[in-house]
Amino acid sequence: MATLARPRRNRNPIAVEDRIAGWVFILPSLAIFVTFLFGPVLFAGYVSFFERDTLNTVNRFVGLDNYRQILRDDDFYLALRNTVWYSAGVVPAQTILGLFLAVLANRKIRGKTFFRTAFYFPSISSSIVIAVIFLWMYSGNGLINYVLESIGLPTPRPVWLANPKGIIEMGLEQFGVENVSDWLEGPSVALLSIMMLNIWTTMGTMMVIFLAGLQDVPGDVYEAAALDGASRWRMFRDITMPLIRPVTLFVVTLGIIGTFQVFDQIWLMSEGGPAKKTTTLAYLIYSEGFNFGGGLGYASALAMILFAIIFVLFLVQRRLNTDETR
Amino acid sequence: MFVAVVSREIARPTVATTPGRTTGLDLALQIVAYVVLIVVALLMFIPFFFSLTTSIKTAPEASQVNTLTNLLWPDDPTLAAYREVFAADIGRWFFNSAFVAAIWVVGRAVADSMAGYAFARMQFPGRNLIFLMVLSTLMIPAMVTIIPKFILLERLNLLDTYGALTIPFLSSAFGIFLMKQFFESIPVELEEAARVDGASRYRMFVQIVLPNAMPALTALSIFSFQASWNAFLEPLLFITSPELRTLPLGLAYFQEAFNFNWPVSMAIAVITTLPMAIVFLIFQRYFVEGQTTSGIKG
Repeated sequence: MATLARPRRNRNPIAVEDRIAGWVFILPSLAIFVTFLFGPVLFAGYVSFFERDTLNTVNRFVGLDNYRQILRDDDFYLALRNTVWYSAGVVPAQTILGLFLAVLANRKIRGKTFFRTAFYFPSISSSIVIAVIFLWMYSGNGLINYVLESIGLPTPRPVWLANPKGIIEMGLEQFGVENVSDWLEGPSVALLSIMMLNIWTTMGTMMVIFLAGLQDVPGDVYEAAALDGASRWRMFRDITMPLIRPVTLFVVTLGIIGTFQVFDQIWLMSEGGPAKKTTTLAYLIYSEGFNFGGGLGYASALAMILFAIIFVLFLVQRRLNTDETR
Repeated sequence: MFVAVVSREIARPTVATTPGRTTGLDLALQIVAYVVLIVVALLMFIPFFFSLTTSIKTAPEASQVNTLTNLLWPDDPTLAAYREVFAADIGRWFFNSAFVAAIWVVGRAVADSMAGYAFARMQFPGRNLIFLMVLSTLMIPAMVTIIPKFILLERLNLLDTYGALTIPFLSSAFGIFLMKQFFESIPVELEEAARVDGASRYRMFVQIVLPNAMPALTALSIFSFQASWNAFLEPLLFITSPELRTLPLGLAYFQEAFNFNWPVSMAIAVITTLPMAIVFLIFQRYFVEGQTTSGIKG
């Protein structure tokens, strides 16, 4: 991924000194990384083979039992579905909206810095603060219902965050299709509420990243294309999109990693409910490990599975990237 | 996520590039662009605005949005929620958040700039491998390491102490990367001059490199502050004593305990947001200027 420029190796005293000094300089960081990141990743794998409760009163080697149990557990598949719907909804939405806003802001407009600041602000704010504000907005007599009622639109019943009904299921019921399979229900209204919060929070971040990418595209490319009579849409599709492809992949990677880890908002807004319809994998790890669930060993096994999923998605994406740029 | 963005902001100079022709279509697009951008900027701002107005409402008014006027401004503005918040423990939460943030900022400034400098300028055994390993940690989900960290901190008797809120966070992969990029961008001549004078790496770093690294150190400090100020998962799991709660943790527990006291929740939210907003607004300008005048490039 990253190759470092190799300083010329010579026999001067500083090069000799650096062989030791280099290690001295990285030592503080290395100590933290080994103790709190590299070590824990290995240790998480190790703990996943144990039955171990939060208070450490039980600690027993069980081999692959935790993994077997997870693969038999309906809650795991429910959490996986919720996480996949979450990611599949949020990542494209924030990417497309972010790109759209960046294209607009990349024009010759005044106040570019203002817009960048405004769009950015939610992503630097505390997730808990935002969750509390949205909890208020989503409440029965809250802002969102008020706005919808004012313009004559229906509001969901039960209220947003208490509504376990799948949105695709609701759509299909309009056409008389009943009892759809679990995977076809779609995200619940409650999960959708949190997804919308997430899109609101991160769309500005994505916009700022795209904007930086767009500003790197040299202007003369467009001038040449304009002379050839290319339409704006063609310029966007055939020049801008290919040139900012690495940025798009970066945004999508960030989005996938972020959405697979969403936790704070769910802890505060829905605690995984109603009917576990907002229990994502990250929340399941928390509730199994720390909230009277299967204990730390079981939760570690879940965490390893989450890690593996993110890693595979990352590899698939890298593969797609290198294939297309070759 | 914030982190990655601004690294690009710093790493790349901005060059305005827009195609040259001006037509009727251009004008129409320009208007559409302004309208959309302003509407979205308002959408970003509105929830924060309502948290402010709700914090000065009475509890019954806050839980019932029914007219446009009381949405924008309370019928009967009151600072009761703020009095209640200050009478409770918020001073303590604020102190904890600030204290923890200060340690993160200083720790990361030291550890990340040292490591960043080593990766940028020095050749030592294992350098490339270690750098790759450090970068790869950006991909590790917090949920994977949280359980081992919890067990480790328990063994070290650090659970429920300031140590649990600070020690694991004294270095960051992003910070190292940011500092390395910066050190690679500054000219090596100054260091070479010092080398001729017989300065060691250590003296060179402290006396010549660091004083020239203020823009990058400032940026790093802002990210450290932000990450610390907003941290929630670790405090939630590592802290049990009420007197060690940070602001987000205090707000979360308050919201759990008193579900429908919206003015008080919002008052805590406002107090939590304010310092971050001030830091952001001050240094946003700094970023833009630093970008164009000092010309930090990647």
